[in-house]
Amino acid sequence: MFVDVVFWVMTVVAVVMGAAVFVVDSMARATYALALSFVAVGVQVLLLHQDYVGVIVILMMVMEMAVMAVYMVMFMGMNPALMPMSMVHDKRKALAAASVVFLTLAAGALLIPWPTRRGQPSSDTTRALGEALMGSKMLVMTVVSPVMVATIVAGIVIASKRSRYDRLGDDLRGAADHSADPQRGGVGR
Amino acid sequence: MPEAATSSLTLVPVGWVVLAGAIVLGLAWFAATVDGVATARAEASPTGLGRPLREVARLMRQRRRATVEADTPLWRIGSGGLVVIATLMVIVVPLGPWTVFDSPVGVVWFNAMDVCVWALVWLTGWGPNSAHGLVGGYRFLAHGLGYELPLMFALVAPPIAAHSLRVGDVAAAQHGLWFVVWMPIAFLVYLIGVLGFSVWGPFSAAVGSDIAGGVAAELSGLDRLLFLTGRYALLAAGAAFAVPMFLGGGAGPLLPGWLWVIVKTIVVLTALVLARRRLPVLRPDLFMEVGWLVLLPAALVQVLVVSVIAVWRG
Repeated sequence: MFVDVVFWVMTVVAVVMGAAVFVVDSMARATYALALSFVAVGVQVLLLHQDYVGVIVILMMVMEMAVMAVYMVMFMGMNPALMPMSMVHDKRKALAAASVVFLTLAAGALLIPWPTRRGQPSSDTTRALGEALMGSKMLVMTVVSPVMVATIVAGIVIASKRSRYDRLGDDLRGAADHSADPQRGGVGR
Repeated sequence: MPEAATSSLTLVPVGWVVLAGAIVLGLAWFAATVDGVATARAEASPTGLGRPLREVARLMRQRRRATVEADTPLWRIGSGGLVVIATLMVIVVPLGPWTVFDSPVGVVWFNAMDVCVWALVWLTGWGPNSAHGLVGGYRFLAHGLGYELPLMFALVAPPIAAHSLRVGDVAAAQHGLWFVVWMPIAFLVYLIGVLGFSVWGPFSAAVGSDIAGGVAAELSGLDRLLFLTGRYALLAAGAAFAVPMFLGGGAGPLLPGWLWVIVKTIVVLTALVLARRRLPVLRPDLFMEVGWLVLLPAALVQVLVVSVIAVWRG
C-alpha cells in the first residue's frame, strides 16, 4: 500500500516535472525541474530495492544539475540564462519526435511479455544486477572506467587555455612571470 | 563487498524522525551559542550566551525584504531546505543502539544529501535576482568542485575497512581501534568537507562581507533565520556523522552508548565552530588547486592504504 502510494506520487512528480522543463521560462527553473524529475526516478529505483543505484542516481543528478547551473552562465553568450526565455526551439518537429519516442517506449514497456518471478530475489540485489548486466565482461568494464577517466582528464588538458607551459615557462622550470598569472593556483606554483 | 543483510541495531518507528530533527536543532542552537560566546569574547562584550535567542527574536519580528523579479519559490526552497537536508543526514546516524533509517547504503545516502546542499545554496543565491547573491552562489559551487571529490573519497575509507556501507556496521567494525587512529587523513579531509558544505569558516566566501553577504545578502526575517540555522544544523549533522564513521560510534566507558554519541558530536561540533576564528577564508579559485592537487591525492593514498590493510586482514 505504502509502496504503491510512493510509486504513483513519484510517477506523477517525474512526468510533471519533466514536462515543466519545457513549460517554464527560466533556465534555473528548467534545470531544477529536471533535477526533481530525476530524483523522483531515483526514489522509484529505491522502491526496486536497488538501494545503491537509487541513491547514486539522486546524488549524481543533483550534482549534475548544480554543475549545469555553472555552465549555463559560462557558455551562454549575452547571458540569456539570467533572463526569462523560452525553453523550446523548433516546436512542431520537436513535439512530433518526442511523441513518437514516448509512444514507442511506452508501448514497449506495456507490450513486452514480462517474465514472471522464478525463485527468490538475491539478498544483495545490487551485486545481482551488476553481474546480470556485465557478467563475463566485468574485466572489460573495469578496464574501461580508468580509460574513460583518462579521456576526460586529457580532454580538459587539451581544452584548457592556460597550461603548465604558460605557468612554468617553455622548459617547465618555473620561469614564467607569476605576477602576470591570472590563475595563480593555490599550491604556490 | 559482502554486506550483512541485517544489522545489530534496533530500528525505531519513523515517527522518531521528529526527535532526530529536535536533536539537530538543539545541536544547532548549541553551535550558535558557542559561536556567540566566542564572538562576544573577541569583541570583549559581556553578553555571549543570549546571542542566539536575541537573534531568533529579532529575525522572527523582522519584515520580509522583497526584491524585484525575485524567483520566490526557488529562493524559499533554497533557504528553507538546509535544515531539512541536515535532518535527512542525521537520520542514518545510529544513536547508540537505535536508528531511524537503517539503510544498507547509509554512507552513500549521507553523501547524496550533502550534494543537495550544492543545489540549495546556489538557489538561495539565485532566488532574489541579486548580483551579490548570484556571485555568492557561484563561489559556493567553485568551492564545492574543490572539496566534494576529496570528501567522497574520505567517506570511502571507513566502509572499505568495515566491508559495509551501512553506518551501523561501520561503527561496529571499530571495536578496540577507532578509524580516526589509522585513517587520520580521511578524517581531516572529511572535516574540511563538513566545513565546506556548511558554508562555514574557511568556506564562507559565498556569504563573504566583500560581496555584501553574498548568498545571504537579500535574506531577511524567517528566511534568514532558516538559512543561518541550516548552516549550524549542517555543521551539527557533519559532526554527528563523524562519530560512527571515525570515532567508534557509541563506544566508551561508563556512559550509555547514546550519550557517548552526543558527547562526541558536541566535541567535534565545538571544534568545527571555533575553526572559524582560527582559519582564514579560502579564495575559491585558489582552493580549487589545493583540493585537486593536495587533498584528492592524499585521500586516494589513504583509501589505498586502507584497502591494502583490509585485504591483508581478510
